[in-house]
Amino acid sequence: MTIDEVVAQLSDGMTIGIGGWGPRRKPMALVRAILRSDLKDLTIVSWGGADVGLLARAGKIRKLVYAFVSLDSIPLEPNFQKARQEGTIPEIVELDEGMFQTGLYAAAQRLPFLPMRAGLGSDVLVNNAWIKTVASPYADENGDFEELTAVPALKLDVALVHLNRADAHGNATYLGPDPYFDDLFVQAADKAFVSVEQIVDTAGLTVDTAVQRLLISRMMVDGVVETPNGAHFTTCTPDYERDEKFQKAYAAAAGGSDEDWAAFSARFLDGDESSYQAAVAAFAEEQSK
Amino acid sequence: MTEYSRAEVCAAAIADAFKDDGEIFASPMGMLPMLGVRLAKLTSNPDLVISDGESLYLGGVPPLFAKADVVEGWIPFRRVFDVVAYGKRHVMMGATQVDRHGNQNISAIGDFAQPKRQLLGSRGAPGNTVNNRTSYWVPRHSPKVFVEQVDIVSGVGPARAKAAGPGASKYNDIHRIVSNLGVFDVRGDGDTVRLLSVHPGVSVDDVVAATGFALAVDADVPVTREPTESELMIIRNVLDPKNLRDREVPPVDAGATQ
Repeated sequence: MTIDEVVAQLSDGMTIGIGGWGPRRKPMALVRAILRSDLKDLTIVSWGGADVGLLARAGKIRKLVYAFVSLDSIPLEPNFQKARQEGTIPEIVELDEGMFQTGLYAAAQRLPFLPMRAGLGSDVLVNNAWIKTVASPYADENGDFEELTAVPALKLDVALVHLNRADAHGNATYLGPDPYFDDLFVQAADKAFVSVEQIVDTAGLTVDTAVQRLLISRMMVDGVVETPNGAHFTTCTPDYERDEKFQKAYAAAAGGSDEDWAAFSARFLDGDESSYQAAVAAFAEEQSK
Repeated sequence: MTEYSRAEVCAAAIADAFKDDGEIFASPMGMLPMLGVRLAKLTSNPDLVISDGESLYLGGVPPLFAKADVVEGWIPFRRVFDVVAYGKRHVMMGATQVDRHGNQNISAIGDFAQPKRQLLGSRGAPGNTVNNRTSYWVPRHSPKVFVEQVDIVSGVGPARAKAAGPGASKYNDIHRIVSNLGVFDVRGDGDTVRLLSVHPGVSVDDVVAATGFALAVDADVPVTREPTESELMIIRNVLDPKNLRDREVPPVDAGATQ
């Protein structure tokens, strides 16, 4: 598939889960393609980084489900902050980050909810009054029937994830230190699209890589697209690390004036993926001088 | 008397928060907590399990932010959630606000619907505080941080945990709050924040004045212990030779008040 063919599968109002974690291994080429599209009123489900910031700044998000939005080395995401402080995202669901995983598990297992402690006593349950608790049917050691959070399934229409390698059928491996939750995203979704640094033949997936790194099976995947440097400017270890200089420039523009942001957008975001990558290469050369 | 900095007092106080934890996963968020945890592992509690903050359990005790070391395990984010629920973990988080009842806020300042200042989001604070031991680190103690009531409850203090029932309270364990001025727990009357010790050079009045709620203060408040010679040697020569700690807690002039 191509990036545009993936985006053509999306429609207004969809619930889209975005894999990775904060500023790590995000399907940024697909996110950038959504920015360029006419898509609107999206529900975005993400342990958020610049994916959330960019989509929020572009006014694509009607509802946001998150536990945090952070760039790590820059703790607060300026575009996300701006959107929240100006109230431009109509519906907000802030969860504990473990609840988020449990919600994906529930959706992946086709359950309405799963119980856990996280959320109890916190304002997560106050600000999301629709999230209920459930009493354990079993008495604990003190004879109490514990009241637990009934974490609702985070059912997705579409999951977008980025991994290091896949074959053309959708079997995909991560080569970095952490699988994150990309297998849960694809199983929680009706349709899943995987972008990768490189498409290889099936035998190539395990030729020098432990089989345990095969995180995603083709039966969970509806399309694969090769997007070299497609997670930029987030990490895609070991293919590349986070582009800290670029991230700094992004955050400065996002936190600056409207003109600063317009200039950043014009330089990097308004063209297609190949012009983005060319602009990034030019930026890197500039920075190295 | 040995010279030592306020940051070094804080590192030793943070180390003390982990000294009786036994063989559990110590999860420090931020620089001084990382320094304190690694100091504890090299002194009072060698059984602590520590990580690189990313995905690896470290077999040794490298300097701050060093990555290369013996690896003794794998702790990707999903397995952090497993350990949180398993309970053998002590996390020290930051706190943009912490209130009289030991509730913590890292979510947002102001009204949640449209905050004055959006922060990180609640992250793992709601889950941490009802599952495993949790402490807080506050590098700049002020009435803006220590508030009567947090704007948004991310981390759950003991009173709210009890009100939410045994499912929330049975593993709620808010252990210590360490700031640049003193050390606290949440064992004041009615599960409120209590002053345990003031750092050398800080008076009880200084702490009370910098706290935006009525602090529980016992009749005799001890002074936080001084770091030992060997702790200072470890901090300065092994864990933090670049003196990053002074950036988070600047040195205090002798005789200057807070």
